[in-house]
Amino acid sequence: MEPGEIHALLGENGAGKSTLMNVLYGLYQPDEGEILVDGKPLKLKGPSDAIGAGIGMVHQHFMLVPVFTVAENIMLGAEQVKGGIAGFLDRRRARREVTEVSERYNLQVDPDAVIEDLPVGIQQRVEIVKALTRDVDLLILDEPTAVLTPQETEELLTVMRSLKAAGKSIVFITHKLGEVKAIADRITVIRRGKTVGTASPEASRDELAALMVGRNVRLTVDKSPATPGEPVLEVAGLVVDDDRQIRAVDGMDLTVRAGEVLGVAGVQGNGQTELIEAIMGLRPVLAGTVSLIGDRIDGWTTKKVLRAGVGYVPEDRSVDGLVKEFSVAENLVLDIYDRPPFGAGLALKPDAIATSAKERIEQFDVRTSSADAPVGTLSGGNQQKVIVARELSRPLKLLIAAQPTRGVDVGSIEFIHSQIIHERDVGTAVMVVSSELDEVIGLADRIAVMYRGRIIGIVGPDTPREEIGLLMAGISPDAAHERSTDAAPADGAATDGSPASDAGSANEDEA
Amino acid sequence: MSNDPTPQSGSPDKEPASEAQAAQNALGNTERAELATEPNTPASKPEPQQEPRPSLGRLFIDNLWAANTFTVTLLSLVLAIVVGAVLMIISDPAVLSTYSYITSRPSDAINSSWTLVSEAYANLFKGSIFDPEAFAGWLDGTNSWQAVLAPISETLTYAAPLVFTGLSVALAFRGGLFNIGAQGQATIGVIMAALAGFLLPLPPGLHLLVAVLAGALGGAIWGFIPGILKARAGAHEVINTIMLNYVATYFLTWLIVQNGVQDPNRTDAISRAVDTSAQLPRLLGDNLRVHAGILLAVLATWAVAWLLNRSTLGFELRAVGANPDAARTAGISVTRTYILIMVFAGILAGLGGSNMVLGSTASALTPLVVAQIGFDGILVALLGRVKPWGVLLAALLFGALQAGGNRMQSYSGISLELVTVLQALIVIFIAAPALVKAIFQLRAARAARLQTSLAKGW
Amino acid sequence: MSTMAVPDIAVAPVRKGFWTRSRKVGLTLLGLGLLAAVLFGALATEQEARFTLSDDAAGAALEINGTIGAILFGIIAIAAGAALLAGVPKRWFLPVLAVGLVGFVLSFLCWQVSAAPAGQNFMPLVNIIRGTFILALPLIFGALAGVLCERSGVVNVAIEGQLLMGAFSGALFGSISGSVWVGLLAAALGGAFISLLLAVFAIRYLVDQVVIGIVLNLLAVGVTGFLYERLMQTDAEKYNSAPRFSNWEIPLLRDIPVLGPALFRGNIFLYVGLLLVLVIHIGLFRTRWGLRTRSVGEHPIAADTLGVKVLRVRYRNVLLAGVVAGIGGASYTLALYSFTKNMIGGKGFIALAALIFGRWNPTGALLAALFFGFADQLATYLGAISSSIPSQFLAMLPYLATILAVAGLVGRVRAPAADGKPYIKG
Repeated sequence: MEPGEIHALLGENGAGKSTLMNVLYGLYQPDEGEILVDGKPLKLKGPSDAIGAGIGMVHQHFMLVPVFTVAENIMLGAEQVKGGIAGFLDRRRARREVTEVSERYNLQVDPDAVIEDLPVGIQQRVEIVKALTRDVDLLILDEPTAVLTPQETEELLTVMRSLKAAGKSIVFITHKLGEVKAIADRITVIRRGKTVGTASPEASRDELAALMVGRNVRLTVDKSPATPGEPVLEVAGLVVDDDRQIRAVDGMDLTVRAGEVLGVAGVQGNGQTELIEAIMGLRPVLAGTVSLIGDRIDGWTTKKVLRAGVGYVPEDRSVDGLVKEFSVAENLVLDIYDRPPFGAGLALKPDAIATSAKERIEQFDVRTSSADAPVGTLSGGNQQKVIVARELSRPLKLLIAAQPTRGVDVGSIEFIHSQIIHERDVGTAVMVVSSELDEVIGLADRIAVMYRGRIIGIVGPDTPREEIGLLMAGISPDAAHERSTDAAPADGAATDGSPASDAGSANEDEA
Repeated sequence: MSNDPTPQSGSPDKEPASEAQAAQNALGNTERAELATEPNTPASKPEPQQEPRPSLGRLFIDNLWAANTFTVTLLSLVLAIVVGAVLMIISDPAVLSTYSYITSRPSDAINSSWTLVSEAYANLFKGSIFDPEAFAGWLDGTNSWQAVLAPISETLTYAAPLVFTGLSVALAFRGGLFNIGAQGQATIGVIMAALAGFLLPLPPGLHLLVAVLAGALGGAIWGFIPGILKARAGAHEVINTIMLNYVATYFLTWLIVQNGVQDPNRTDAISRAVDTSAQLPRLLGDNLRVHAGILLAVLATWAVAWLLNRSTLGFELRAVGANPDAARTAGISVTRTYILIMVFAGILAGLGGSNMVLGSTASALTPLVVAQIGFDGILVALLGRVKPWGVLLAALLFGALQAGGNRMQSYSGISLELVTVLQALIVIFIAAPALVKAIFQLRAARAARLQTSLAKGW
Repeated sequence: MSTMAVPDIAVAPVRKGFWTRSRKVGLTLLGLGLLAAVLFGALATEQEARFTLSDDAAGAALEINGTIGAILFGIIAIAAGAALLAGVPKRWFLPVLAVGLVGFVLSFLCWQVSAAPAGQNFMPLVNIIRGTFILALPLIFGALAGVLCERSGVVNVAIEGQLLMGAFSGALFGSISGSVWVGLLAAALGGAFISLLLAVFAIRYLVDQVVIGIVLNLLAVGVTGFLYERLMQTDAEKYNSAPRFSNWEIPLLRDIPVLGPALFRGNIFLYVGLLLVLVIHIGLFRTRWGLRTRSVGEHPIAADTLGVKVLRVRYRNVLLAGVVAGIGGASYTLALYSFTKNMIGGKGFIALAALIFGRWNPTGALLAALFFGFADQLATYLGAISSSIPSQFLAMLPYLATILAVAGLVGRVRAPAADGKPYIKG
């Protein structure tokens, strides 16, 4: 890193960017290797050491106390006090400091506003001011634009430029090409924990995208061409909020047919999770309809949806998919425990559960010491196989698999993929949601790219991955070519200025 | 359920893997608790491990010093007994005075302390399990066989209501809820049982049944309130159950002195007595207090064990308790389950309350008729590792401590409160296995899963 | 950009129906007011209800015809309820609610006092106020202990045990030493001892905080009960005859009418308690200590990233809580009574209720404690004038109020976000 440089770390989700930066900030301890600052090795025992060394970090999940005011958050840990041992907070001074910093870098924040009342963009600004009041020379921004609107993103980029002008170095972690091109001085691309290349911002989008997604490690899935049948899942005009009551799915239309795999690609946090949860009856549908072979299923309970022949592999197996304390056998019947042959009336049938567990373990190649072992003792891949086995062992009309192979070893990935394709081949409609582009391309017969709560485009699996990558960044194909030459920041620009040239952008503007 | 070794008990503790083993282990504790004053018996229990590999003895020793549930329970008992002994010594001025010259004549201090402590604990044992003098007396013909069984009878009498409240707390715990309200549920239970017991003119048999069920109903109502508040408004069950305990207590003190409830021949706060037709029959003749409540308790333990491990409802309950998110995703209604959990917990605590007024402990309502069974139930549940058969054994241990404590109080002059101290200490140590491990320098083995508790905020 | 008014991510509209919380409360208050005006008005007698400004029937008094008073104050409650129902600005909500509730209570009192047996139709205000504060005192200390603990993220269910241990060790060591100050110190240490156990088990050994709190209460009951029977009952002269703090009259303040004789002519623990409310309130919201305490209780990870030592802050606060509760316990044994078994008798749990009802805020806790103390005092008073209202139902009031509060019926009650969650450094 040079002083006054904006260095972008580019990589897909899970490439190891955030981990690296957490080590830099002293939150994690490195297993080996060292960090050099001004040529000297630096030992960081904790965040205070990092702050002392002039390193500040804006975390992806903000480190702000929601019920505190801006000034209080900025003071915390470095309080200016008066009154001797009583340690009265010098609020006036803190306020002055906040005002000073925010004026110097043109970061307007109200020191007396309470954090939880502020929009995320402003909260992020508070984080930056917090770091700046601590006199940092190097500022790490971890996926700062992931939660921002285009306007906010644009403002952030402006701020970064002014920081750079003031001689601060910035590490900018992201997976969005447009932003990188717009602001970075130097770009390092990371994939699977390794640096795969450095580039200058003059490199073309296509080059960067290729470096980022990596075309060499393509996973192949053997499959025959699909024979799509009748529509099974039809989503129309769906509107869903996330946990913070912010619109996550915004008027979405989607159809999945029998015998096809629809892959949903997209950067995480663009409404995929909420879409699935709404279909499954886990999240209220605010507007629009969800139909399963003609039956409206929005408003149904989860149990009813499952019973109607929907299989569901949730994206976070340890939170939503499995009860870790339960045995493998119990987890294999987690959603059918009360159906024959496993349950009769109020009674559970342990023998039937055990017999069925043995079969499933065999059939799905689950490596476990016994069917009675707690599922938490299994490896990630085998845990995932338990879920897949559970969901595929009843007759399905629709299978929804979210991040089906996240954190899973290669052998299990192949197995799970072949099971999904097999399910397609027997005529089930399959929807695979994944932030792994390779996976989506490998499995899908059609790829829907989701961006800010909508489908920005539907393409075939043979579409060049660079093009899909651009879609994921919110740039629809036609617009992409126009813009690859102009240096406008992508996300923001998509809504600013240029006339909407296709459906995708048009949607965005209305949003 | 004891006839087949539950293959998928789904117990959060890996070790002991089955209820049967847990039971066995805890039983070992009960026996040993009373012997612990003379710590010379590493009595060889049957090895709980199923596959005997190198040598049984070796494995046993290894296992003993590994920090497993069994060892921690045992050592917690030992620690509690030691602390209890210290309390006895420092609160006895006569013994304490011998310590002022301990350097010149240490034997005085040691002897007097030993006498005090060993006598007290011996009385604890004689009052709860077996009194050799009564046995000798029976052989001589100076007393009847009933005197020999008296300690056991007392232990079972005290244990019966604790089984119910312990099960109540344990059941809720398995469902992810902390039921501190067993006390209040038992209070409403005792009220309903007593009212049914002296207000309804019913034939024997039916009357008892109705009274017992009335108690269960009362508890169910008092459990339903925090259950629905939790499910619908997200109100924390810990706060609400604490508050409802007091509401129930005040309701009881008010009710007792109302016309038709208060004993017409008394001016103090005592109600009319429950009709004999509604009383639980005594098991071993009129001279021994043990009554059918203990049989109901065993039945309830079996029922709860079945419910937890062999029923669809129990499956839902355990799933919700272990991971509500996954349960919801799998289609289980978490809110409905919460309500059911609290209703069942209330029923159990209400039955515990019925025991207090329909059994031999009391036959009329007084302000203190429920004693501490609700709060003790929390300790019992924790000691029993929130497993039904574990709870039964823990309740027996607590019952024994109560029964023995009575004798200790009257024969050795050691306040019954020592029993409360012992009970609390045992559970404190059990709740922090890492501490016990540190004190005894146990091999650091598989202790991670020993945690009994769930971390919960408000 | 022509359509810049349209935000990219639409924030879901806050669904605000007609029935806001304020309106629901207003409706309830309106109902209560109607009940008061009609029922209390009908039950009240034509007797004068006298509220004397002294300890007894003598002296100046506020007087009102019972029936008229009951109806009048009921109408005030109705008016307040109607105002809320019609909709008032947010900052007027609490004052209007307070006026309405006071109206309801006064209407109730008019009925009760006027319906009392002849010769007892008076309510000695000095007496009532003093009693309210004295009964609230342990609640104030206990709730403050709760504030200290829970603001740093450790649930304190062991208040009962801390108070009890404080009362016990104050009595024991005060008696042995013959000095109130030694007693006070011992009381503080006694409370801190229970706190230490709470801290070690909750923070170091990660035992569930509610579980350990409950068990510690039982332990405190057992240990103090045991030692009471072994020591204090056998030799009360030596072990249970602690000296008492003598009365301290505060110049000037003692001469305030009604409040002076009620509050400022005696109990030093009352002064300490009120002072502590002030100190802790200022400390919590105005000092570095308070800022760090609150940050640790709300978002320990954020605090940690800024170099705040999370665990150290928690240990310190939990111990402080024990000291405060211990002194609260001494307010029994070094000022009012000798020690008896289980003498706190559930006050620790009402203190917990006051803490929650007061929304984890020192001043709120004080008000809640006073409200609960008043309910308690009223029960005693109504018993004395042989009222038809059973005292037990008044005694239930704090608990019922708390249940309503946490169920969200009275207002949003939010605990510190990290309360009860152990912090394990990643």
